[in-house]
Amino acid sequence: MGAIIDSILPPAASWSRVCLRGTALTLTDLEGGANVAALLYRAADPLERYCMPDTLKAQHVSRLTEGVALYSDMGRVLASITDDGVGWHDTITGHALDEHIASRWGAVSYQEARNGWRRSARHALLVELAKFGLGARDLVANVNFFSKVAVGEAGELSFQAGNSAAGASVTLRFELDTLLILSSVPHPLDPIDEWSPRPVRLVLSAVTDAAADDRVRMACPENERGFAASETALR
Amino acid sequence: MSIASELDPATARLSVDVDAGDGWIAELAAGETLRIVDLHGNQAVDTLFFDAHDYANRYSAVDTLREQGSAYLTLGSRLLALDGRPLVTIVADTCGRHDTLGGACSQESNVVRYGEHTRHMHACRNTFLMQAMSWGRGLEKRDLSANVNFFMNVPLTPDGGLEFADGISAPGKYVELRADSDTLVLISNCPQLNNPCNGYDPTPVRLIVWPAR
Repeated sequence: MGAIIDSILPPAASWSRVCLRGTALTLTDLEGGANVAALLYRAADPLERYCMPDTLKAQHVSRLTEGVALYSDMGRVLASITDDGVGWHDTITGHALDEHIASRWGAVSYQEARNGWRRSARHALLVELAKFGLGARDLVANVNFFSKVAVGEAGELSFQAGNSAAGASVTLRFELDTLLILSSVPHPLDPIDEWSPRPVRLVLSAVTDAAADDRVRMACPENERGFAASETALR
Repeated sequence: MSIASELDPATARLSVDVDAGDGWIAELAAGETLRIVDLHGNQAVDTLFFDAHDYANRYSAVDTLREQGSAYLTLGSRLLALDGRPLVTIVADTCGRHDTLGGACSQESNVVRYGEHTRHMHACRNTFLMQAMSWGRGLEKRDLSANVNFFMNVPLTPDGGLEFADGISAPGKYVELRADSDTLVLISNCPQLNNPCNGYDPTPVRLIVWPAR
């Protein structure tokens, strides 16, 4: 079956869509060094949303990768990472604010830069949220696909350049109908001096539902219960 | 890092004990200081902060961690709101380290973590909702996001793991927060019985507030 969507998310752009159960989105870092901030909401009731703490503590992880489920704050799995060629996706350091754009890379005006205008991820996420009647109150900790922020023994955080190579992909399978919001603005801890946001290919495809022996479902007893809660919500 | 406070409880404007499993909500004016005392040791105090003049501008755990460059809260940590400005700063701390990635327990997360038999146990997010409803002024579930867990020890590992470890607090340890701006504070004195965050024995905590100096 062909892709439902096959498109390029340009550098420092944003995207939103209700992604239905029974589909999966593959994000491909075309040039290497991309960052995609992502927020997830249950389409049927956006008051239910991706919950970083519940995701981390249910699975005893502090980073996301293949085999990890993305939990809502109501004990259900919204989506799961079924394939990952990257190995580490951050979810504990947020996204770029206007101040980061100005202080790190320098603000430019639309008059001079046209579509190279540098807007922050915060700006982009709020605009996409507003398209669905949502706003700042719905802004919670996001995922940063392709970015790694390592944690040292004393808790020190350090951005790891080169985490994602050109061509690396990650696939997100939706377990419930999910409003997905993306921004391809660079990670605010990326030390690169030059403003160099990267494009990402987005391919949305139909997939079969998680089987009884699905790898993410069976990763831990917590995930078995989280998947069961999602499936109960469908009936 | 730890440092004690010079503030004298005799000069406080408020001192209140929050029972095990109970909650508290109140405003701190800019410059006021709140001390949270772990009276009996190993008691997680789940706490949310809001800009008192705009609840949508609330404490943001991820913005706070990124800007301070560390995964834990400690002396000197500035707890930032979504707009990047500090709501409160940790100005004294005899415990040394506090979590802000473990979140607050809920009935639903308890079922995921421990099983269906825990669905009807008491949980922090119910306390948050009860306190928010009593406060009114539009505060509701939509305003609840990642909180601080004072006195809770959730170490991250370099390989990307996360553990709920035994507490590093002890009877009488405290943390002190100075309000950088007018801030609404919402607390759940955690009732969790299924993991070591409260030493399997939830106990009262004391809250002491001093006026601005």
